[in-house]
Amino acid sequence: MSEIIKHIEDPVLDIQKLSIAYNKDKYAVTDVNAGIKRKRVTAIMGPSGCGKSTLLRAINRMHDLYSNIVIDGKVFLNGEDTSELSAIHLRRKIGMVFQRPNPFPTMSIYDNVLAGYKLNGIRLKKTQRDEIVEETLQDVTLWDEVKDSLLKKGTFLSGGQQQRLCIARALAFKPDVLLLDEPTSALDPVATKKVEELLIKLKKNYTILLVTHNMSQAARISDFSMFMYMGELVEYGKTKDMFINPLDKRTEEYLTGKFS
Amino acid sequence: MDDMPAYSLRTRIAEGRDHRVVKDKLLSILVIVFSAITIFPIVLIIGKLISKGYKQINLDFFIKKAPDTYEAMTALNAGEIIPGGILNGITGTLLMVLMAALIAIPLGLLIGIFLYEHGSKKYAGLIRDISDILQGVPSIVLGLIAYFWVVKNITHGFSALAGSTALAIMMLPLIIRSTEETLKMIPDSIKEAGFALGVPYHKIILRVLIPTGFSGLLAGILLAISRIIGETAPLMLTALGSMEVNFNIQKPTSAVPLLIWEFYNDPNMVDLIWSSSLFLMALVLILNIVTKSIRSKK
Repeated sequence: MSEIIKHIEDPVLDIQKLSIAYNKDKYAVTDVNAGIKRKRVTAIMGPSGCGKSTLLRAINRMHDLYSNIVIDGKVFLNGEDTSELSAIHLRRKIGMVFQRPNPFPTMSIYDNVLAGYKLNGIRLKKTQRDEIVEETLQDVTLWDEVKDSLLKKGTFLSGGQQQRLCIARALAFKPDVLLLDEPTSALDPVATKKVEELLIKLKKNYTILLVTHNMSQAARISDFSMFMYMGELVEYGKTKDMFINPLDKRTEEYLTGKFS
Repeated sequence: MDDMPAYSLRTRIAEGRDHRVVKDKLLSILVIVFSAITIFPIVLIIGKLISKGYKQINLDFFIKKAPDTYEAMTALNAGEIIPGGILNGITGTLLMVLMAALIAIPLGLLIGIFLYEHGSKKYAGLIRDISDILQGVPSIVLGLIAYFWVVKNITHGFSALAGSTALAIMMLPLIIRSTEETLKMIPDSIKEAGFALGVPYHKIILRVLIPTGFSGLLAGILLAISRIIGETAPLMLTALGSMEVNFNIQKPTSAVPLLIWEFYNDPNMVDLIWSSSLFLMALVLILNIVTKSIRSKK
Protein backbone atom coordinates (compact mmCIF):
# COMPACT_ATOMS: atom_id res chain seq x y z
CA MET A 1 0.00 0.00 0.00
CA SER A 2 1.50 3.30 -0.98
CA GLU A 3 1.12 6.44 0.97
CA ILE A 4 1.65 10.08 0.28
CA ILE A 5 4.53 11.47 2.27
CA LYS A 6 3.17 14.26 4.41
CA HIS A 7 5.86 14.55 6.97
CA ILE A 8 9.50 13.58 7.18
CA GLU A 9 11.33 13.52 10.51
CA ASP A 10 14.37 15.80 10.61
CA PRO A 11 14.50 16.61 6.90
CA VAL A 12 17.66 18.07 5.36
CA LEU A 13 15.56 20.26 3.17
CA ASP A 14 12.08 21.39 3.92
CA ILE A 15 10.23 23.02 1.06
CA GLN A 16 7.19 24.98 2.19
CA LYS A 17 4.52 26.46 -0.05
CA LEU A 18 7.04 27.16 -2.76
CA SER A 19 5.78 28.87 -5.90
CA ILE A 20 7.99 30.22 -8.65
CA ALA A 21 6.99 32.46 -11.54
CA TYR A 22 9.10 33.54 -14.49
CA ASN A 23 6.79 36.42 -15.08
CA LYS A 24 4.00 37.65 -12.94
CA ASP A 25 1.10 35.47 -13.99
CA LYS A 26 2.86 32.43 -15.32
CA TYR A 27 3.79 30.08 -12.53
CA ALA A 28 6.32 27.35 -13.32
CA VAL A 29 6.02 25.83 -9.88
CA THR A 30 2.92 26.12 -7.70
CA ASP A 31 2.62 25.52 -4.00
CA VAL A 32 5.10 22.69 -3.50
CA ASN A 33 5.46 21.24 -0.01
CA ALA A 34 8.00 18.51 0.61
CA GLY A 35 10.64 17.37 3.05
CA ILE A 36 13.76 15.69 1.74
CA LYS A 37 15.09 12.74 3.68
CA ARG A 38 18.68 12.62 4.80
CA LYS A 39 21.15 10.31 3.02
CA ARG A 40 18.68 9.10 0.46
CA VAL A 41 18.26 9.62 -3.25
CA THR A 42 15.10 11.53 -4.03
CA ALA A 43 14.11 11.77 -7.69
CA ILE A 44 11.99 14.51 -9.20
CA MET A 45 10.26 13.20 -12.32
CA GLY A 46 7.88 14.67 -14.79
CA PRO A 47 7.43 15.60 -18.42
CA SER A 48 9.43 18.45 -20.00
CA GLY A 49 8.34 21.83 -18.76
CA CYS A 50 6.71 20.52 -15.59
CA GLY A 51 8.89 22.73 -13.41
CA LYS A 52 11.23 20.10 -11.99
CA SER A 53 14.44 21.95 -12.88
CA THR A 54 12.92 25.22 -11.76
CA LEU A 55 12.15 23.66 -8.39
CA LEU A 56 15.66 22.26 -8.08
CA ARG A 57 17.31 25.57 -8.91
CA ALA A 58 15.27 27.33 -6.25
CA ILE A 59 16.94 25.21 -3.59
CA ASN A 60 20.39 26.72 -3.99
CA ARG A 61 18.91 30.03 -5.10
CA MET A 62 20.26 29.97 -8.63
CA HIS A 63 17.19 32.02 -9.53
CA ASP A 64 18.75 34.98 -7.74
CA LEU A 65 20.77 35.57 -10.90
CA TYR A 66 17.68 36.58 -12.84
CA SER A 67 15.81 39.55 -11.50
CA ASN A 68 12.48 38.84 -13.21
CA ILE A 69 11.81 35.60 -11.33
CA VAL A 70 9.32 35.79 -8.49
CA ILE A 71 9.53 33.29 -5.64
CA ASP A 72 7.00 32.76 -2.86
CA GLY A 73 7.34 30.30 -0.02
CA LYS A 74 10.35 29.07 1.83
CA VAL A 75 13.04 26.45 1.75
CA PHE A 76 14.72 25.38 4.98
CA LEU A 77 18.14 23.77 5.08
CA ASN A 78 18.63 21.92 8.38
CA GLY A 79 15.97 24.14 9.87
CA GLU A 80 17.52 27.38 8.66
CA ASP A 81 15.59 29.62 6.29
CA THR A 82 17.68 29.64 3.10
CA SER A 83 16.43 33.06 2.10
CA GLU A 84 18.07 34.48 5.20
CA LEU A 85 21.44 32.89 4.55
CA SER A 86 23.73 34.61 2.09
CA ALA A 87 23.44 32.95 -1.30
CA ILE A 88 27.19 32.45 -1.38
CA HIS A 89 27.26 30.49 1.89
CA LEU A 90 24.15 28.57 0.95
CA ARG A 91 25.67 27.43 -2.34
CA ARG A 92 28.75 26.19 -0.55
CA LYS A 93 26.51 23.90 1.52
CA ILE A 94 24.53 22.68 -1.47
CA GLY A 95 26.45 21.23 -4.39
CA MET A 96 25.00 21.27 -7.87
CA VAL A 97 25.67 19.27 -11.02
CA PHE A 98 24.23 20.33 -14.35
CA GLN A 99 22.77 18.67 -17.40
CA ARG A 100 25.88 19.12 -19.50
CA PRO A 101 29.29 18.53 -17.98
CA ASN A 102 30.83 21.96 -17.42
CA PRO A 103 34.34 21.66 -16.01
CA PHE A 104 36.23 24.96 -16.06
CA PRO A 105 38.02 24.85 -19.42
CA THR A 106 41.10 26.74 -18.25
CA MET A 107 41.72 24.53 -15.21
CA SER A 108 43.44 21.19 -14.83
CA ILE A 109 41.62 18.16 -13.44
CA TYR A 110 43.33 18.82 -10.11
CA ASP A 111 42.28 22.47 -10.04
CA ASN A 112 38.76 21.64 -11.13
CA VAL A 113 38.26 19.46 -8.07
CA LEU A 114 39.58 22.28 -5.90
CA ALA A 115 37.77 25.01 -7.84
CA GLY A 116 35.39 25.73 -4.98
CA TYR A 117 38.31 26.44 -2.67
CA LYS A 118 40.44 28.24 -5.23
CA LEU A 119 37.76 30.54 -6.56
CA ASN A 120 36.58 31.38 -3.07
CA GLY A 121 40.11 32.27 -2.02
CA ILE A 122 40.32 29.55 0.63
CA ARG A 123 43.98 28.68 1.12
CA LEU A 124 44.98 25.11 1.83
CA LYS A 125 48.31 23.43 2.42
CA LYS A 126 49.68 21.31 -0.39
CA THR A 127 49.13 18.11 1.63
CA GLN A 128 45.52 19.09 2.31
CA ARG A 129 44.95 19.83 -1.35
CA ASP A 130 46.41 16.52 -2.46
CA GLU A 131 44.30 14.75 0.12
CA ILE A 132 41.05 16.41 -0.93
CA VAL A 133 41.72 15.76 -4.61
CA GLU A 134 42.55 12.09 -4.12
CA GLU A 135 39.74 11.43 -1.68
CA THR A 136 37.12 13.19 -3.79
CA LEU A 137 38.22 11.58 -7.04
CA GLN A 138 38.15 8.21 -5.26
CA ASP A 139 34.62 9.01 -4.14
CA VAL A 140 33.48 9.57 -7.70
CA THR A 141 35.45 6.51 -8.95
CA LEU A 142 37.55 8.66 -11.24
CA TRP A 143 40.87 8.43 -9.40
CA ASP A 144 42.21 5.32 -11.13
CA GLU A 145 41.38 6.76 -14.54
CA VAL A 146 43.01 10.15 -14.06
CA LYS A 147 45.64 9.82 -11.34
CA ASP A 148 48.45 10.03 -13.90
CA SER A 149 47.03 13.01 -15.74
CA LEU A 150 45.85 15.27 -12.93
CA LEU A 151 47.50 18.29 -14.50
CA LYS A 152 45.79 17.87 -17.85
CA LYS A 153 42.82 20.07 -18.64
CA GLY A 154 39.50 18.73 -17.46
CA THR A 155 38.04 19.22 -20.91
CA PHE A 156 40.28 16.44 -22.29
CA LEU A 157 38.20 13.83 -20.47
CA SER A 158 35.28 11.98 -22.04
CA GLY A 159 31.78 13.29 -21.37
CA GLY A 160 31.10 10.73 -18.66
CA GLN A 161 34.42 11.39 -16.96
CA GLN A 162 33.80 15.13 -17.16
CA GLN A 163 30.45 14.68 -15.48
CA ARG A 164 32.04 12.66 -12.66
CA LEU A 165 34.66 15.39 -12.38
CA CYS A 166 31.85 17.93 -11.99
CA ILE A 167 30.33 15.76 -9.27
CA ALA A 168 33.76 15.67 -7.58
CA ARG A 169 33.96 19.46 -7.82
CA ALA A 170 30.57 19.73 -6.10
CA LEU A 171 31.53 17.19 -3.43
CA ALA A 172 34.93 18.70 -2.57
CA PHE A 173 33.20 21.10 -0.18
CA LYS A 174 31.42 18.23 1.57
CA PRO A 175 28.00 19.75 0.95
CA ASP A 176 24.88 18.80 2.93
CA VAL A 177 22.90 18.20 -0.23
CA LEU A 178 23.84 17.36 -3.79
CA LEU A 179 21.50 18.64 -6.48
CA LEU A 180 21.65 16.98 -9.90
CA ASP A 181 19.81 18.42 -12.86
CA GLU A 182 19.40 15.60 -15.38
CA PRO A 183 23.04 14.67 -14.95
CA THR A 184 23.05 11.82 -17.47
CA SER A 185 20.92 13.22 -20.27
CA ALA A 186 24.02 14.18 -22.28
CA LEU A 187 25.82 10.88 -21.64
CA ASP A 188 25.92 7.53 -23.40
CA PRO A 189 24.47 4.42 -21.68
CA VAL A 190 27.81 3.16 -20.33
CA ALA A 191 28.71 6.54 -18.84
CA THR A 192 25.15 6.83 -17.50
CA LYS A 193 25.48 3.50 -15.74
CA LYS A 194 28.71 4.61 -14.08
CA VAL A 195 27.13 7.84 -12.82
CA GLU A 196 24.13 5.92 -11.51
CA GLU A 197 26.31 3.44 -9.64
CA LEU A 198 28.22 6.37 -8.25
CA LEU A 199 25.06 8.05 -6.97
CA ILE A 200 23.96 4.86 -5.20
CA LYS A 201 27.37 4.70 -3.56
CA LEU A 202 27.31 8.37 -2.60
CA LYS A 203 24.01 8.24 -0.75
CA LYS A 204 25.81 6.61 2.17
CA ASN A 205 27.24 10.02 2.93
CA TYR A 206 25.18 12.54 1.02
CA THR A 207 21.61 13.56 0.49
CA ILE A 208 20.92 13.51 -3.22
CA LEU A 209 18.15 15.28 -5.06
CA LEU A 210 17.96 14.23 -8.67
CA VAL A 211 15.91 15.71 -11.47
CA THR A 212 15.31 13.26 -14.27
CA HIS A 213 12.90 12.80 -17.13
CA ASN A 214 14.02 9.19 -17.32
CA MET A 215 11.57 7.09 -15.32
CA SER A 216 13.65 3.95 -15.36
CA GLN A 217 16.56 5.92 -13.94
CA ALA A 218 14.39 7.10 -11.08
CA ALA A 219 13.25 3.51 -10.54
CA ARG A 220 16.82 2.22 -10.57
CA ILE A 221 18.46 4.58 -8.16
CA SER A 222 16.01 6.58 -6.10
CA ASP A 223 14.52 5.79 -2.72
CA PHE A 224 11.84 8.44 -2.92
CA SER A 225 10.16 9.95 -5.95
CA MET A 226 8.24 13.08 -6.67
CA PHE A 227 6.06 13.34 -9.71
CA MET A 228 5.47 16.84 -10.99
CA TYR A 229 3.00 17.89 -13.60
CA MET A 230 2.40 21.43 -14.84
CA GLY A 231 4.17 22.98 -11.89
CA GLU A 232 2.30 20.96 -9.33
CA LEU A 233 3.76 18.29 -7.08
CA VAL A 234 1.25 15.57 -7.90
CA GLU A 235 2.63 12.71 -5.88
CA TYR A 236 5.50 12.11 -3.52
CA GLY A 237 6.28 8.74 -2.03
CA LYS A 238 8.59 5.79 -1.84
CA THR A 239 9.79 5.01 -5.34
CA LYS A 240 8.82 1.35 -5.09
CA ASP A 241 5.30 2.13 -4.01
CA MET A 242 4.84 4.80 -6.60
CA PHE A 243 5.93 2.65 -9.48
CA ILE A 244 3.84 -0.34 -8.39
CA ASN A 245 0.77 1.46 -7.24
CA PRO A 246 0.55 5.13 -8.17
CA LEU A 247 -2.21 6.99 -6.35
CA ASP A 248 -2.88 9.76 -8.80
CA LYS A 249 -4.27 9.07 -12.23
CA ARG A 250 -1.76 11.46 -13.84
CA THR A 251 1.15 9.64 -12.23
CA GLU A 252 -0.17 6.37 -13.51
CA GLU A 253 -0.60 7.73 -17.01
CA TYR A 254 2.92 9.11 -16.99
CA LEU A 255 4.45 5.91 -15.67
CA THR A 256 2.61 3.79 -18.19
CA GLY A 257 3.75 6.02 -21.00
CA LYS A 258 0.42 7.62 -21.86
CA PHE A 259 2.23 10.97 -22.08
CA SER A 260 5.78 12.04 -21.64
CA MET B 1 9.35 11.94 -63.49
CA ASP B 2 8.04 10.30 -60.34
CA ASP B 3 8.20 6.77 -61.61
CA MET B 4 11.66 7.18 -63.06
CA PRO B 5 13.81 4.31 -61.80
CA ALA B 6 16.40 5.28 -59.23
CA TYR B 7 19.35 3.90 -61.15
CA SER B 8 18.80 6.28 -63.99
CA LEU B 9 19.14 9.29 -61.66
CA ARG B 10 22.27 7.75 -60.22
CA THR B 11 23.76 7.29 -63.68
CA ARG B 12 22.92 10.86 -64.57
CA ILE B 13 24.64 12.14 -61.41
CA ALA B 14 27.65 9.89 -62.07
CA GLU B 15 27.94 11.23 -65.58
CA GLY B 16 27.63 14.79 -64.34
CA ARG B 17 24.51 15.47 -66.35
CA ASP B 18 22.18 16.13 -63.46
CA HIS B 19 21.43 19.86 -63.17
CA ARG B 20 22.26 19.87 -59.43
CA VAL B 21 25.75 18.60 -60.17
CA VAL B 22 26.20 21.27 -62.81
CA LYS B 23 24.97 24.00 -60.44
CA ASP B 24 27.26 22.76 -57.72
CA LYS B 25 30.28 22.89 -60.04
CA LEU B 26 29.32 26.33 -61.30
CA LEU B 27 29.12 27.66 -57.75
CA SER B 28 32.52 26.22 -56.83
CA ILE B 29 34.07 27.92 -59.86
CA LEU B 30 32.41 31.23 -58.92
CA VAL B 31 33.76 31.00 -55.38
CA ILE B 32 37.27 30.38 -56.68
CA VAL B 33 37.05 33.27 -59.15
CA PHE B 34 35.85 35.76 -56.53
CA SER B 35 38.44 34.59 -54.00
CA ALA B 36 41.12 35.18 -56.61
CA ILE B 37 39.76 38.67 -57.31
CA THR B 38 39.98 39.44 -53.57
CA ILE B 39 43.49 38.10 -53.18
CA PHE B 40 44.81 39.74 -56.34
CA PRO B 41 45.25 43.32 -55.01
CA ILE B 42 46.97 42.06 -51.84
CA VAL B 43 49.45 40.07 -53.88
CA LEU B 44 50.05 43.12 -56.10
CA ILE B 45 50.60 45.41 -53.11
CA ILE B 46 53.01 43.10 -51.36
CA GLY B 47 54.85 42.37 -54.61
CA LYS B 48 55.27 46.06 -55.36
CA LEU B 49 56.46 46.85 -51.83
CA ILE B 50 59.03 44.06 -51.87
CA SER B 51 60.37 44.80 -55.35
CA LYS B 52 60.70 48.53 -54.66
CA GLY B 53 61.61 48.43 -50.99
CA TYR B 54 63.97 45.52 -50.49
CA LYS B 55 67.23 47.29 -51.37
CA GLN B 56 66.97 49.78 -48.51
CA ILE B 57 66.29 47.06 -45.95
CA ASN B 58 69.53 46.35 -44.12
CA LEU B 59 70.75 46.53 -40.54
CA ASP B 60 71.17 50.32 -40.71
CA PHE B 61 67.51 50.60 -41.63
CA PHE B 62 66.57 49.42 -38.14
CA ILE B 63 69.30 51.01 -36.01
CA LYS B 64 69.89 54.45 -37.59
CA LYS B 65 67.66 57.48 -37.62
CA ALA B 66 66.32 59.02 -40.78
CA PRO B 67 68.85 60.85 -42.95
CA ASP B 68 68.48 64.50 -43.88
CA THR B 69 67.84 65.46 -47.44
CA TYR B 70 71.47 66.47 -48.09
CA GLU B 71 72.82 63.03 -47.06
CA ALA B 72 70.24 61.36 -49.22
CA MET B 73 71.03 63.58 -52.21
CA THR B 74 74.77 62.92 -51.92
CA ALA B 75 74.19 59.18 -51.81
CA LEU B 76 71.83 59.32 -54.79
CA ASN B 77 74.31 61.30 -56.86
CA ALA B 78 77.07 58.81 -56.02
CA GLY B 79 74.74 55.98 -57.09
CA GLU B 80 74.68 54.50 -53.59
CA ILE B 81 71.74 53.51 -51.43
CA ILE B 82 70.43 56.17 -49.08
CA PRO B 83 72.23 56.02 -45.70
CA GLY B 84 70.43 55.84 -42.36
CA GLY B 85 67.16 54.18 -41.44
CA ILE B 86 63.91 54.78 -39.63
CA LEU B 87 64.90 54.18 -36.01
CA ASN B 88 63.29 57.44 -34.86
CA GLY B 89 60.05 56.26 -36.49
CA ILE B 90 60.19 52.77 -34.99
CA THR B 91 60.86 54.01 -31.45
CA GLY B 92 58.19 56.71 -31.80
CA THR B 93 55.60 54.20 -33.02
CA LEU B 94 56.49 51.79 -30.21
CA LEU B 95 56.30 54.55 -27.60
CA MET B 96 52.98 55.93 -28.75
CA VAL B 97 51.31 52.57 -29.39
CA LEU B 98 52.45 51.34 -25.98
CA MET B 99 51.05 54.41 -24.23
CA ALA B 100 47.82 54.24 -26.21
CA ALA B 101 47.49 50.58 -25.23
CA LEU B 102 48.13 51.39 -21.58
CA ILE B 103 45.27 53.89 -21.67
CA ALA B 104 42.83 52.00 -23.88
CA ILE B 105 43.20 48.37 -22.71
CA PRO B 106 42.16 48.71 -19.05
CA LEU B 107 39.41 51.16 -19.91
CA GLY B 108 38.17 49.10 -22.85
CA LEU B 109 38.17 45.86 -20.87
CA LEU B 110 36.26 47.43 -17.99
CA ILE B 111 33.62 48.96 -20.25
CA GLY B 112 33.36 45.72 -22.23
CA ILE B 113 32.82 43.70 -19.05
CA PHE B 114 30.25 46.23 -17.89
CA LEU B 115 28.34 45.97 -21.17
CA TYR B 116 28.44 42.17 -20.99
CA GLU B 117 27.02 42.19 -17.48
CA HIS B 118 24.43 44.90 -17.87
CA GLY B 119 23.88 44.44 -21.58
CA SER B 120 20.12 44.69 -21.48
CA LYS B 121 19.87 47.88 -19.48
CA LYS B 122 19.09 51.19 -21.13
CA TYR B 123 22.32 53.02 -20.39
CA ALA B 124 24.29 50.00 -21.61
CA GLY B 125 22.65 50.45 -24.99
CA LEU B 126 23.60 54.12 -24.90
CA ILE B 127 27.23 53.30 -24.14
CA ARG B 128 27.25 50.74 -26.94
CA ASP B 129 25.87 53.33 -29.38
CA ILE B 130 28.42 55.92 -28.31
CA SER B 131 31.18 53.39 -28.75
CA ASP B 132 29.91 52.56 -32.25
CA ILE B 133 29.76 56.23 -33.16
CA LEU B 134 33.28 56.72 -31.84
CA GLN B 135 34.44 53.96 -34.15
CA GLY B 136 33.03 55.89 -37.07
CA VAL B 137 34.63 59.25 -36.24
CA PRO B 138 37.28 60.11 -38.86
CA SER B 139 40.72 59.69 -37.38
CA ILE B 140 41.79 63.23 -38.28
CA VAL B 141 38.92 64.57 -36.18
CA LEU B 142 40.21 62.56 -33.23
CA GLY B 143 43.63 64.08 -33.93
CA LEU B 144 42.08 67.51 -33.79
CA ILE B 145 40.39 66.74 -30.47
CA ALA B 146 43.66 65.44 -29.02
CA TYR B 147 45.31 68.62 -30.30
CA PHE B 148 42.92 70.79 -28.31
CA TRP B 149 42.94 68.59 -25.21
CA VAL B 150 46.59 67.71 -24.92
CA VAL B 151 48.75 69.84 -27.22
CA LYS B 152 47.06 73.10 -26.24
CA ASN B 153 46.33 72.45 -22.59
CA ILE B 154 48.66 69.82 -21.20
CA THR B 155 51.96 69.57 -23.03
CA HIS B 156 51.77 73.05 -24.59
CA GLY B 157 53.33 71.79 -27.75
CA PHE B 158 53.23 68.79 -30.08
CA SER B 159 53.95 65.64 -28.10
CA ALA B 160 53.94 61.85 -28.02
CA LEU B 161 51.33 62.04 -25.26
CA ALA B 162 48.95 63.87 -27.57
CA GLY B 163 49.54 61.27 -30.28
CA SER B 164 48.86 58.43 -27.86
CA THR B 165 45.66 60.08 -26.71
CA ALA B 166 44.33 60.19 -30.25
CA LEU B 167 45.37 56.57 -30.85
CA ALA B 168 43.86 55.45 -27.54
CA ILE B 169 40.49 56.95 -28.48
CA MET B 170 40.67 55.00 -31.73
CA MET B 171 41.48 51.75 -29.94
CA LEU B 172 38.82 52.09 -27.28
CA PRO B 173 35.69 51.11 -29.24
CA LEU B 174 37.50 48.18 -30.85
CA ILE B 175 38.49 46.75 -27.48
CA ILE B 176 35.08 47.40 -25.93
CA ARG B 177 33.34 45.51 -28.72
CA SER B 178 35.73 42.59 -28.80
CA THR B 179 35.62 42.22 -25.01
CA GLU B 180 31.84 42.14 -24.96
CA GLU B 181 31.63 39.72 -27.89
CA THR B 182 34.29 37.42 -26.44
CA LEU B 183 32.57 37.20 -23.06
CA LYS B 184 29.21 36.57 -24.71
CA MET B 185 30.68 33.55 -26.50
CA ILE B 186 31.46 31.82 -23.20
CA PRO B 187 28.64 29.40 -22.41
CA ASP B 188 26.42 30.35 -19.46
CA SER B 189 26.97 26.87 -18.04
CA ILE B 190 30.55 27.81 -17.13
CA LYS B 191 29.27 30.84 -15.25
CA GLU B 192 26.60 28.79 -13.51
CA ALA B 193 29.21 26.24 -12.45
CA GLY B 194 30.97 29.07 -10.65
CA PHE B 195 27.80 30.35 -8.99
CA ALA B 196 26.83 26.86 -7.85
CA LEU B 197 30.14 26.68 -5.97
CA GLY B 198 29.25 29.82 -4.05
CA VAL B 199 31.73 32.02 -5.88
CA PRO B 200 30.94 35.75 -5.69
CA TYR B 201 30.18 37.53 -8.94
CA HIS B 202 33.33 39.62 -9.21
CA LYS B 203 35.48 36.55 -8.73
CA ILE B 204 33.59 34.69 -11.42
CA ILE B 205 34.40 37.51 -13.82
CA LEU B 206 38.04 37.76 -12.79
CA ARG B 207 38.91 34.12 -12.28
CA VAL B 208 36.53 32.24 -14.55
CA LEU B 209 35.32 34.40 -17.43
CA ILE B 210 38.49 36.36 -18.17
CA PRO B 211 40.79 33.32 -18.16
CA THR B 212 38.29 31.37 -20.26
CA GLY B 213 38.02 34.19 -22.79
CA PHE B 214 41.68 35.16 -22.59
CA SER B 215 42.65 34.25 -26.14
CA GLY B 216 39.69 36.17 -27.52
CA LEU B 217 40.47 39.23 -25.40
CA LEU B 218 44.12 39.16 -26.45
CA ALA B 219 43.16 38.77 -30.10
CA GLY B 220 40.88 41.81 -29.83
CA ILE B 221 43.67 43.90 -28.32
CA LEU B 222 46.18 42.86 -30.99
CA LEU B 223 43.68 43.60 -33.72
CA ALA B 224 43.09 47.07 -32.26
CA ILE B 225 46.86 47.67 -32.20
CA SER B 226 47.23 46.57 -35.80
CA ARG B 227 44.47 49.00 -36.73
CA ILE B 228 46.12 52.05 -35.18
CA ILE B 229 49.74 51.27 -35.90
CA GLY B 230 49.52 52.67 -39.40
CA GLU B 231 47.49 55.77 -38.50
CA THR B 232 49.00 58.95 -39.91
CA ALA B 233 46.46 61.74 -39.95
CA PRO B 234 45.85 62.07 -36.19
CA LEU B 235 49.61 61.97 -35.53
CA MET B 236 50.24 64.88 -37.89
CA LEU B 237 48.17 67.12 -35.65
CA THR B 238 49.54 65.78 -32.37
CA ALA B 239 52.97 64.13 -32.43
CA LEU B 240 54.07 66.14 -35.47
CA GLY B 241 57.27 64.16 -36.10
CA SER B 242 60.91 64.49 -35.21
CA MET B 243 64.29 63.87 -36.75
CA GLU B 244 65.62 62.55 -33.46
CA VAL B 245 64.97 59.39 -31.47
CA ASN B 246 62.77 60.67 -28.69
CA PHE B 247 61.44 59.01 -25.54
CA ASN B 248 60.17 62.16 -23.84
CA ILE B 249 56.39 61.95 -23.96
CA GLN B 250 56.13 65.74 -23.78
CA LYS B 251 58.19 66.28 -26.94
CA PRO B 252 57.34 65.96 -30.63
CA THR B 253 57.91 62.40 -31.76
CA SER B 254 58.17 60.61 -35.05
CA ALA B 255 56.37 57.45 -36.13
CA VAL B 256 56.78 55.10 -39.08
CA PRO B 257 53.72 56.38 -40.97
CA LEU B 258 54.79 59.99 -40.29
CA LEU B 259 58.19 59.22 -41.78
CA ILE B 260 56.56 57.75 -44.87
CA TRP B 261 54.71 61.05 -45.32
CA GLU B 262 57.92 63.04 -44.83
CA PHE B 263 59.85 60.86 -47.27
CA TYR B 264 57.05 61.34 -49.76
CA ASN B 265 57.52 65.09 -49.59
CA ASP B 266 61.24 64.86 -50.29
CA PRO B 267 62.26 63.90 -53.84
CA ASN B 268 65.59 62.54 -52.59
CA MET B 269 64.02 60.02 -50.23
CA VAL B 270 61.77 58.13 -52.65
CA ASP B 271 63.47 54.78 -52.01
CA LEU B 272 62.87 55.06 -48.28
CA ILE B 273 59.11 55.45 -48.82
CA TRP B 274 58.95 51.94 -50.19
CA SER B 275 61.10 50.25 -47.58
CA SER B 276 59.26 52.01 -44.73
CA SER B 277 55.95 50.98 -46.22
CA LEU B 278 57.19 47.42 -46.57
CA PHE B 279 58.20 47.46 -42.91
CA LEU B 280 54.83 48.82 -41.77
CA MET B 281 52.92 46.37 -43.93
CA ALA B 282 54.98 43.47 -42.59
CA LEU B 283 54.33 44.61 -39.03
CA VAL B 284 50.56 44.75 -39.57
CA LEU B 285 50.58 41.41 -41.38
CA ILE B 286 52.50 39.73 -38.58
CA LEU B 287 50.12 41.19 -35.98
CA ASN B 288 47.18 39.89 -37.98
CA ILE B 289 48.66 36.42 -38.36
CA VAL B 290 49.45 36.22 -34.64
CA THR B 291 45.90 37.34 -33.87
CA LYS B 292 44.45 34.69 -36.17
CA SER B 293 46.56 31.93 -34.64
CA ILE B 294 45.58 32.96 -31.10
CA ARG B 295 41.91 32.95 -32.10
CA SER B 296 42.06 29.53 -33.69
CA LYS B 297 43.98 28.01 -30.80
CA LYS B 298 41.14 28.13 -28.33
